[in-house]
Amino acid sequence: MALELYLDLYSQPCRSVYIFAKKNNIPFDLRRLSLLDGEQYGEEFGKINMIRKAPALRDGDFCLAESIAILLYLAEKFQTPDFWYPADLQQRARVNEYLSWQHMAIRMHGSKMFWLRLLIPKVLGVEVPQDKLDAALEDLNGSLKLIEEKFLQDRPFIAGDHISLADLVAIVEVMQPVGSGLDVFEGRPKLSAWRDRVQDAIGKELFDDAHRTIMGSQEAVKLMDGSKMQVFKPKILRLFL
Amino acid sequence: MELYLDMHSPPCRLVFLFAKAVGIPFEFKHVELSTGQHYSEEFGKISMIRKVPVMKDGSFILTESIAILKYMVQKYSSSVADHWYPADLQQRARVNEYLSWQHMNIRAHASKVFLLRAVFPVIMGSEVPKEKMDAAVEDLNQSLNLLEEKFLQNKQFIVGDKISLADIVALIEVMQPLGTGLNVFEGRPKLSAWRERVKKELGEKLFDEAHEVIMKVGSLPEKMQNNSQLEMLRPKFQKLFR
Repeated sequence: MALELYLDLYSQPCRSVYIFAKKNNIPFDLRRLSLLDGEQYGEEFGKINMIRKAPALRDGDFCLAESIAILLYLAEKFQTPDFWYPADLQQRARVNEYLSWQHMAIRMHGSKMFWLRLLIPKVLGVEVPQDKLDAALEDLNGSLKLIEEKFLQDRPFIAGDHISLADLVAIVEVMQPVGSGLDVFEGRPKLSAWRDRVQDAIGKELFDDAHRTIMGSQEAVKLMDGSKMQVFKPKILRLFL
Repeated sequence: MELYLDMHSPPCRLVFLFAKAVGIPFEFKHVELSTGQHYSEEFGKISMIRKVPVMKDGSFILTESIAILKYMVQKYSSSVADHWYPADLQQRARVNEYLSWQHMNIRAHASKVFLLRAVFPVIMGSEVPKEKMDAAVEDLNQSLNLLEEKFLQNKQFIVGDKISLADIVALIEVMQPLGTGLNVFEGRPKLSAWRERVKKELGEKLFDEAHEVIMKVGSLPEKMQNNSQLEMLRPKFQKLFR
């Protein structure tokens, strides 16, 4: 049985796993999961990941959650090129530093922006107060500033001269608010240049393929049936508002 | 090696405990978060993210406790036993899975409960709204349930028979609300038994030493109230409660 990856490409961590597997020619069966339809709460998926989040991996009878863990597992199992997760002590530390920092920073802030700008008003039908949007934007700007000034500085990529897991995990998160119509690259030439380098390293075709879903969000929400999400509404509002 | 630490902070206790437990020598550099020392110009030169812990090894500066732990394991690989971060593919994946999940779950929720109970009244000048407190405790309980039901199950430790980084990362966070009078172990015999096993592996004396400050956190509000920097710190702390 081939390795299975349970993915929803609306989700940033699903995109990083997808891109990494494809780029490294890792054979896998794509099991599409629709988070917005609540498929993560199904009985079958619960057996694979009781945390009920995506991405999830099933390799034989070994199941694994958390994109960072999945990326590191795939890198080790398939012996991907060193630059993805350098063996060098300090370079690896730089990658680990970013992978750790990003959870409660860009990941949280980019996600929030996507929910506040798009899903909450357009699908749940709840108006988002301007002060919440402003606070969320302030937080997002703070994270983007740290990416530029601490994690990139004057390096082409986060760990140095080559792309690594850090850049991959970063780019998919930075793209999330872009999907909601907020161009975070505008007025940020350093970030834009880095994005171009990351796209080149991944390959534009693969990058665009992975981001097709999120970039079509603004149109997709017009057709979305919000009724399936209503049961999650209180939890979502508590989380983001 | 220098470690910049405030023992009120769980990730600081984490790197302190691990380094001491495996015998990695370091110089303890105290950072007092309650007086805003992390906002000083001097600390800004160490880390512009202005958080703790920070590791300085020669001229190499590293933030993020998880990264610091992995750096220590790799650098001192000849003296750090395999079980801390197993070379076995699946066991290592289990450790990484926990280390990743915990940021937005146990860590976030235990910290929030701690901050609401210990810091909110001083910073906001009022009691914590009941709804806010209840929601935070509910979130923490859900995380603790997952810790027990998914990560521990019927095993001795998160990975299996032996302690690993995951167990220390978990326990220091679970300990956070304790000093504020919220006994998260009450009614959780499985969690309590696990705590005792982890303490025993690390060394009870060392564990208690690391947690001395957080267990006395009752005096923190008074300390902050009397601090001349409070007005400067207030807006920064207020963001935590936004």
